[in-house]
Amino acid sequence: MPLNIIVLAKQVTDPEMPRSAFQVDRQNKRIVTPANIPPVVNGFDENAVEAALRLKDAQGASVTVVSMGQSFALDVMKKPLSMGADTLILLQDPAFANTADSSITARVLVAAIKKIGPFDLIIAGRQASDWDNAQVPLMVAEHLGLPSLTIAKKVDVGDGKVSVERQMPEGVEIVESALPALVTVSNELGQPRYPTLRGIMAATRKQPTIWSAADIGLNPADLQPHLELVDVYVPTVKKEVEIIKGQDDADTGRLLALKLREAKLI
Amino acid sequence: MAEPTGILVLGEINKGNLHPTVLELLAAGKTLARGLSQKLSLGLAGPSLDQPAKDGIAHGADTIYTATHQLLEQPHLDLLLAAWTQICRTANPAVILIARTTAGRDLAPRLAARLNVGLAQDCLEVKLDDSTKRLVAHRPIYGGNAVAAVSPKGTPQIAAVRPKAYDPLPADPSRHGETINVAVNLDPSMAKTKLVQRNEEQTGGVRLDTARIVISGGRGLGGPEPFKKLDEIAKILGAAVGASRAAVDAGWVPPAMQVGLTGKTITPELYITVAISGASQHMAGCSGAKVLVAINKDADANIFKEARYGVVGDWQKILPSFTETLRELVK
Repeated sequence: MPLNIIVLAKQVTDPEMPRSAFQVDRQNKRIVTPANIPPVVNGFDENAVEAALRLKDAQGASVTVVSMGQSFALDVMKKPLSMGADTLILLQDPAFANTADSSITARVLVAAIKKIGPFDLIIAGRQASDWDNAQVPLMVAEHLGLPSLTIAKKVDVGDGKVSVERQMPEGVEIVESALPALVTVSNELGQPRYPTLRGIMAATRKQPTIWSAADIGLNPADLQPHLELVDVYVPTVKKEVEIIKGQDDADTGRLLALKLREAKLI
Repeated sequence: MAEPTGILVLGEINKGNLHPTVLELLAAGKTLARGLSQKLSLGLAGPSLDQPAKDGIAHGADTIYTATHQLLEQPHLDLLLAAWTQICRTANPAVILIARTTAGRDLAPRLAARLNVGLAQDCLEVKLDDSTKRLVAHRPIYGGNAVAAVSPKGTPQIAAVRPKAYDPLPADPSRHGETINVAVNLDPSMAKTKLVQRNEEQTGGVRLDTARIVISGGRGLGGPEPFKKLDEIAKILGAAVGASRAAVDAGWVPPAMQVGLTGKTITPELYITVAISGASQHMAGCSGAKVLVAINKDADANIFKEARYGVVGDWQKILPSFTETLRELVK
């Protein structure tokens, strides 16, 4: 039996955009997304797609990518399909505009996952690079009563179990659980594959399934925020740099060390 | 049920003692408790809690909730979460503080989901709104390019605080407090995951995420070999060695060493960067560093905008005398 894998992915503002393009609209408490910089699939979520595709390569799997948002750049969100995922489900509704409140996203994803039906594994990125909440996958696992295995660098499935290698600060752990389960991954999994030309062609032909709030049985009462956004601002940590310069390079290196001692940093 | 009241710190136990972050949370919680004129409590779960409870009181807690259970001898997050949830129900606090450690990163969102409330994640600062007296937490977003002030709705309000965001209060052994035992129902079947194997890495190095001093190298080092020079400095200073994504992507060092948006977030007191330009990708991971030192040959590099001390020059010429002077100073 091939595995049924659901991957959670988010469309985010490109975190590699130049800092000068980054703007905060404090009055409306939001980040201004520059029109000329296309969004991307969240980096760790591409790692999640890669983890799913490695399982597909090894033992066969059907990989369904699910994303929630108010509007999507379709060519961007098709990237997982061009990498080799089978199905793309976009949860798209004006009611899904608030992607900064993890508890809403989790509730929407849970409703969609219930509609998708039986699955073996959910794989998600550790956190999204926009709001850096690192909450949605764990909340989804709690709501569904699933075991959660986090920050996996390697994911294996066999005998009805999932086994992951976790890169912990003090070393590597191997943790396992029964299926179904939820796994989060990060950069330690390794580079996501590049889409092949054939993959891109195949993705062009595929159309995403689009579900609204009503399609997954949600009404506005289910989407009440759990976080109030009070303010958004650019931190004012303007530090005045002190340039250390000696008579020559060797002197400079020496002065830098002395400066660190003087400042009681070493 | 009585009105939720007070601040509850949920503290991790590390090898029988309070995890260092607990003292930081107690310092943050003390200010909130004073602002509300309410009590500061500490919730602990473990096999034996007498000493940690004493330390908690000395560091500012008024009440300790202890969930003592032999099953917590081998820490398992599922069991710890069950114990913490029961402590929360007993303590009935207005505000809960958790440290955003490796364990806290998993525990805080799961606890919030169980209590059906919101979570302010990875906070650098927790305050009370002047008029409503509700918790408002300030947290970096977009890789530290902006800060969001958020207030969890409902009660309890939960915040996960970034390690080292607060300095611990000095211990006062003369303080007195009350210890309340919380009876917890735990059974092994609550643990849904199983630890099969743990390989402690024999790097002999200092852990990147908790290091007081970190030295990182970037693309400008040009290869894996120069990282040995950083290792040498790290050894002298008792520092951890990190790297930029460019150095990791080039295959010079393993991904576990990556500092940045797609790597580790570090909060050292001193962060020395060598041949790192300071792309926002990298800065996202080190915005919590107290003092940043930049060595880079490009005077216009972004890293100098973030640095406290800078050296504009070729690392190959700067590092030898820097290393030797450090060796003499740190004996």
